[in-house]
Amino acid sequence: MNRLTGGFGLFGARKKNVELGVQDEYQLLTVRQLMIRKFLRNRMALLSFIALVIIYLVTLFAGFFAPYTARDADSKLTYSPPMTIRLQDPETGHFHPPFFYPLRGKRNMETFQLEYVEEREKRIPVQFFVKGEPYKALGIIAWDVHLFGSSDPAERLHIMGSDVRGRDLFSRIIYGGQVSLSVGIFGVLITIAVGSVIGTLSGYYGGVFDNVVQRVIETIRSFPQLPLWMALAAAIPPQWPPEWVYAGIVVVLAFINWTGLSREVRGLVLSLKERDYVHAAEASGASTARIVRKHLIPNMASHIIVTATLAVPVTILGESALSFLGIGVRPPMVSWGLLLNDAIKIQNIVLYPWTLFPGAFILVAVIAYNFLGDGLRDMVDPFSR
Amino acid sequence: MTTFIIRRLLSAAVTFFLITLISFVVIQLPPGDVVSNWVRQQEASTGQPLPPETIENLRRTYGFDEPVIVQYFKWIDGFPRGDFGFSIEYSNAPVADILAQRTGLTVFLGVATLFISWGLAIPFGIFAATRKNSKWDYFLSTLSFIGISTPDFLVAVIYLFIAVFVLKTDYSGGLFSQEFKDAPWTWARVVDFAKHLPVPLAILGLGGMAGTFRIMRANLLDILDQQFIEAARAKGLRERVVIYKHATRIAINPLISRVGMQLPLLISGTIIISIVLDLPTLGPPFIRALNRQDMFLAGTVLMILAIILLIGNLIADIVLAWSDPRIQYE
Repeated sequence: MNRLTGGFGLFGARKKNVELGVQDEYQLLTVRQLMIRKFLRNRMALLSFIALVIIYLVTLFAGFFAPYTARDADSKLTYSPPMTIRLQDPETGHFHPPFFYPLRGKRNMETFQLEYVEEREKRIPVQFFVKGEPYKALGIIAWDVHLFGSSDPAERLHIMGSDVRGRDLFSRIIYGGQVSLSVGIFGVLITIAVGSVIGTLSGYYGGVFDNVVQRVIETIRSFPQLPLWMALAAAIPPQWPPEWVYAGIVVVLAFINWTGLSREVRGLVLSLKERDYVHAAEASGASTARIVRKHLIPNMASHIIVTATLAVPVTILGESALSFLGIGVRPPMVSWGLLLNDAIKIQNIVLYPWTLFPGAFILVAVIAYNFLGDGLRDMVDPFSR
Repeated sequence: MTTFIIRRLLSAAVTFFLITLISFVVIQLPPGDVVSNWVRQQEASTGQPLPPETIENLRRTYGFDEPVIVQYFKWIDGFPRGDFGFSIEYSNAPVADILAQRTGLTVFLGVATLFISWGLAIPFGIFAATRKNSKWDYFLSTLSFIGISTPDFLVAVIYLFIAVFVLKTDYSGGLFSQEFKDAPWTWARVVDFAKHLPVPLAILGLGGMAGTFRIMRANLLDILDQQFIEAARAKGLRERVVIYKHATRIAINPLISRVGMQLPLLISGTIIISIVLDLPTLGPPFIRALNRQDMFLAGTVLMILAIILLIGNLIADIVLAWSDPRIQYE
């Protein structure tokens, strides 16, 4: 990156050449402009970025966007299938403001399954900014307005169906996103902190410290990732409160991830510390701290950001896999993996296929992060074609 | 070459030692030791206290009264005799008996998956690279991107969904039918096994395929840009010869070095899919053991998985050194 920070620009190829009939004018672009332009040109990365911002905002204000809270149960509507929000009367074809037909459960006396039918006589309007269950926005502001919901509190609307206790799956997915998505962020923050500090130290000082660190990393990496995660997660004491378990899971996930980042940072430091400007800084009496702060970190920042972005989906998947297997976060906490745990049995997939919805959310978040990381990787190298 | 192999073996021996150490730490991690956990569970299930001699005996066998380091050496001391400790979950059975056949099936499944995913990914990679920027190339590249983003357990769940609703198969997990589950290997059992195999293999192969496909495509594209390919074409060689004899041969080589990176993913995938589909590999006893803090069993599974990985990497390194004479081994 250093060769880029000299402040020179690039001549864009927009010179008007009369004979060749090419477009007008030269453009002088700074590196930053070039990077932004490069990122904006990567459609999938841009789209993913927007999608992620939306998903994070929705989960951040989960209370507002979710029609119910995560624990709100309705024993009359256990495993109810997704309800359709309609704009049109299916028989007459007349248009109406959004409404839905409530579901009525009937026990099938042959299979003993609860079967649901729409009650066509009753039309329940779907209301926006409806008053419902009270919640705390951002954990502090008490409020009870939800983006949308059933206008009749007695008739619940489950747009993605409900679970074994009649809790609204859509609401649970939004609340679960808080856990699933934040695990990625926190896990990666720890990864960056530990990985870059240890990587820098072992690259800069070398010697015994470096040797020991490298052996430790090799040993950790000689285990397959998921089984080691599982073994460490299982060591979290069962009697811990859910918040502690959550923190424990984040630490366990970061415990393996830092090794990869630390290795990359070490490699970068090894090559950077032999550059002329570092030697010059050393010769002019700069302290090690200053060299690291002023010369090494700025030059590694872009690389670390890209690696970190690509580590987020790995962490999200790790949490999902652990919770899916029942050794991750524990109820009453919800996460996408934990919700998907309902679909672990083949009978459930057959009877209640909507329990797979959380999987779609995992997929979207992970794909978006991967595309974003891809776009950032291209972006930090703005001179490549 | 021989020196290279010896050096590699020596470093593997060191890693092996470290693996056993970490696995032992994992066994020690949960609060309380294995014997007292076991005694508690036994007493809870039978309702009466165990004879003190039994407890004393177990404690002595595994050295629970001694310092941790002695316990560790007692544990690894049993390895040559095939003694890895005992399992609470599987009513006291020796860990080795529970895991013997499952280890074999885990390795078999892993190797079979590797071959299948390569067998499909390489031709697809060639196909996409030779039709760069075509509709098919975009289609396959997008698909592979989704493929590498999809976690194995989700693939397994999605597959079950498709199997039930689209294909209407009656596959409901496992590698054997009920009557062959614990039967000795007979011809009928082999046939039954072969019938159950395609589904797990397809699920496992899919995940590995996406990554291999992307690398194969990128490698081949790099090589097709080089001058010797231009020269081969200029000589008037047929395109087929240029691609298969000149370019593909070289493009495949980096894939061998990638086996080392692929193996851990493959093992992780095998474990989690085995748990979802209830395959008789190391996955199901591992999760059961972890859930019940049956730590000798869990630690041993973890260790076996790491050793499979170690051996896999060793083989991959040696094959790479043998297949690519440019690699320096001093």
